Order: sequence, then structure tokens, then C-alpha cells
Amino acid sequence: MIEVEDVHFSYPNGVKALKGISLTIKNGEFVAIMGQNGAGKTTLVKHFNGLLKPSEGKVHVDGVETTKTSVAALARNAGFVFQNPDHQLFSETVEEEVAFALKNFGFKAEVIEQRITWALNLLGLTQYRKTSPFLLSGGERKRVALASVLAWNPSTLILDEPTIGQDYRQKEKLRQFVVQMQTQGKTVVIVTHDVEFVAECNPRVVLMKEGTIVADGEGREILTTPEVLAQSSIVLPQVAQIFMKLAFLGLPRNVIDVYDAKEIILKALEEKQR
Amino acid sequence: MAIIETKSLTYTYPSVLKPSISDVSIKVEKGEFVLITGPSGCGKTTLCRCFNGLIPHFYQGELKGEITVAEMDTTKHQTHAMAKSVGLVFQNPENQLFALSIEKDVAFGLENLGLPREEMRERVDWALKLTGIYDLRERSPHEVSGGQQQRVAIASVLAMQPEIIVLDEPTSFLDPLSAEKIFEVIHELNKKLGMTVVLVEHRLDLTAKYADHIIIMNEGKVCFDGTPRKILSAEETRLIGVGIPKATFLYQTLLKEGINLNKFTPLSSEELASLIMEALLNT
Repeated sequence: MIEVEDVHFSYPNGVKALKGISLTIKNGEFVAIMGQNGAGKTTLVKHFNGLLKPSEGKVHVDGVETTKTSVAALARNAGFVFQNPDHQLFSETVEEEVAFALKNFGFKAEVIEQRITWALNLLGLTQYRKTSPFLLSGGERKRVALASVLAWNPSTLILDEPTIGQDYRQKEKLRQFVVQMQTQGKTVVIVTHDVEFVAECNPRVVLMKEGTIVADGEGREILTTPEVLAQSSIVLPQVAQIFMKLAFLGLPRNVIDVYDAKEIILKALEEKQR
Repeated sequence: MAIIETKSLTYTYPSVLKPSISDVSIKVEKGEFVLITGPSGCGKTTLCRCFNGLIPHFYQGELKGEITVAEMDTTKHQTHAMAKSVGLVFQNPENQLFALSIEKDVAFGLENLGLPREEMRERVDWALKLTGIYDLRERSPHEVSGGQQQRVAIASVLAMQPEIIVLDEPTSFLDPLSAEKIFEVIHELNKKLGMTVVLVEHRLDLTAKYADHIIIMNEGKVCFDGTPRKILSAEETRLIGVGIPKATFLYQTLLKEGINLNKFTPLSSEELASLIMEALLNT
């Protein structure tokens, strides 16, 4: 469980990135943190594994206050994947990259081997096992960064813009993966601008603006409220845009899923024929 | 007249066995807005690197086939000679930013062109304003956010006012509204100044509506090349991992249920909404 109590944070250059954030994320929750560039999303999630410590207020992770423990201890339970994979990749091969944290956590050689195979397979990277991460495409490097964190099986996963550079198929895999993580009771926090991805997953959405939280609730509700989204520079998912335009015909507004949309339209057409 | 033309272009990076692009033959006409898409790792970025001669001059490796960009054979003209004609915005903005201030970064290319000071000033301000970073001009490009860095990278290329602008996922770090504004700016430059645009993007929901044609790549090869409506109505595009706009997908889902709203495939939510509206109101 992550408990954030009235947290303020200022960077050394004086920029106030967080201005009184309170938020509780329960174990097993799937949360998308959304908002415009510079809203403080990345700053907030860096508090979840202790990379940043609050200037004011408190953050507890599983009951432990983050200022009273080390990042290393917190990292075991909270895996963080950065927005820009080049900020975290450094090894000569994909395999070594994935092995790095496992070695540091003191896993046995057989376990390391198993975990590498598992993580690379899951993310479609098996063929690149012996390749340098820097020879891979942007989207592939992003997946290497994800694999290296998944491998140690943290109970909380924090993914900063996981869908950047990913094609449709990879996004679909990521979605299935997140669902699978949830069934295992893991907590998943994503920071994202990708409304269409969020619309497909329908997680809890926390919307930020200028260091504060402006909305917190079910994805289907928040992503279909244009007044709320506009202040955070988020556009409505396409399905929601369509239903916004059709609202005057008496159709519901809060639709974000293609298959729900299909059912509603089919029903409306049927009724019209009667 | 084709401003970019490749014939059976095949390229292999040094010390790699398999070519990253193979047998690519494409044509981009002057003034067109072309979208290149395809699954991650399909060779999109590699192809972009050929357009301004980074391949083969910087990356070396083995390039076969023919390529002409702005009437120049890129294998014979160095990248700096191409720079006036072709501007490339990299996928990772950090790979192209280096100056101490954003303004200096944007001015750098112009200094190399030896432009008069006044004109340089004008062009830098113009590019900074177009991309919405005029107020940040004195900051270091390394202390602003990833999204803002992408704006800087775009501004530095726009300031050069090249005939062709090649953008490799240029707004991936930007929020959707900001990304949309940048695409609007690029679309306007395309329409008003006739700047040829080659855009690499996964997010067709944001960009398909601007494109004259879409090129889809898979495993280093071009597998589709055609108008957005034609490309996006093909079932195969989705199968290889191309994320078609949700509005288009919903239209196809309805089509499978026997609901044929219209002959043409909608590309945006506006188009589909009006089709549904017609169907529901029409008696």
C-alpha cells in the first residue's frame, strides 16, 4: 500500500513540482496517473520508491516511511521503469541488463537464468538476448528496460509512459500483462498520456495539474468528462468523442470501449427500425 | 516530381547479419504529407536515417540500391550538404540537443548556414513561437521536460526551413493536446509553405487525417503504400500491429455485424459520429 499525505516537493532550482498531494493506492490496484507535461506526474511516482523524498508531508510504502529507509530496500518491492529507456540501460547485452538487478538482489544463478528467459519471452525479446541494447529500436529498448524490472518480480510496478514507441500489438501485450499482474495481486501504477491505452484498460485515473490532483476516480467517468480533461491537456478517447456528439440522441455519454460502443449503437439502430 | 525516391534500398548496420531494411522502393512527391508506420523494430527509423545521409555516412554499414533526395544521391553528398534540404527530428531529443540555451540550440544550424544576424534572429523567434517554447528560450535544453525537449528539437529543424522535414515519432513525450497542436503546426507548414513532410508515427488516431499517403513497413520491407482510407480499411494492417484509429476500428466492428454506414472508411471520430447520426436520424 502506498500512502501519500499532503506531500509538497520542490526541486533544488526552486521549482515547486508538488503542492499538497494526498493519495492512497491499495495493494492490487491499477492506477493511471495522467496530466499535461510538467504537471508533476513523474515527480510524484518517484516518491513511491524513495527516489525522491518529500519536502513536506509523508509517504508510507507498506507502512514504512520513505525517509526512514533506503532506495535499495524500497526498490526490492517497487520496480520503476523510466520514461526514457536510455536513462536506465547500460549493459553490453540485453541478457546482462536483465541480470543486473537480479545479481544485486542476490538471486541464485539458476533462478537468474530462469527469470531472464521468462522476462525476455514475455516481452518478445528472446531473439535479442545477446544483442547490445543500444542496437535495438526505441520501442525495443523500452521493452528491455521493462524486462529488467519485471525479472525481479516486484510487488509494485511503476511504469513511466510505458506505451511510448510501442506498436498496437505490443500495447495489447502490455495490457494483457497488466491484467495478469493484477490477478497476481500486484499493484501497477502507470504514468501516461495515452488516452486510448487507458480507455482499453479502464483503470482508476488520477488526473494532475500543476502539482495538484484535480480528479481521482473510475477511468470511464473521468475520460468522458471533457471539462475535467481539458484542464489537464488530455483529449477524450475517440469512442468518448463519438458519444459526446451523439448525446443529443439520448445515447449514454460515458462510453470508452469499442465493444460497449458497438452494443449501444446496434441497440439504437434496432430500436429505430421498430 | 518525386522529392524522395528509393529503388530496392537495402541496408545492413555494421556487424549485424540481417538487413534492417530490404528492397524498399518508395516515392514521396514534393509537397506531400507522408506517414510511415509499422510495428516496433520494422525499420522505420533506419529508413529515416537514409533520407539525410546519416546512413551510410555516419552509421556506415552496407547500403545497396538507389536513393535520391531533393535531387541528390545521398550516398554521394555528405549529411551537412543535405542539411539545407532535409531536416531530421530524432526520436530521442537528447540525441540532438547540446547547446547551453534553447535559443542557441535552435540557432546552431542557422549559424552554420552563415545567415545574416537579423534573419537568424527572426527565424529563431519564429520557430520558438510556432512550437510554443518562446518563453523557455534562455533555459538549458537539458533542464526542461522530455516533451519540451521534443519541441526544441522540432524548432531547431523548422528554423532551417528545409524543403523536406522528416520527423521520427516527434511528439511521443508530449501530452495529446500538445502533440495535436504540434501536428497542426506541421500540417499548416505543409499546406502553406509546401514543405514536404515525412512523419513516423504509431498513433494513427492523431495523424492519419493529415496524410496524403501512408506507408506501412514490416520486418524491414514496405508492405502497404496507399491512401489512408484504403490502408486503414484493410484488415491486414491491424494484424501486423498497426494501431488503426478507434473510430475506424469501431466502424469495422459494426461492419462485421452487418451495419454498413457508408462506402468510405471514417478516419476520425467526427466522421464516424456523423455517419452514425445520419443512420439514426434518417427515416
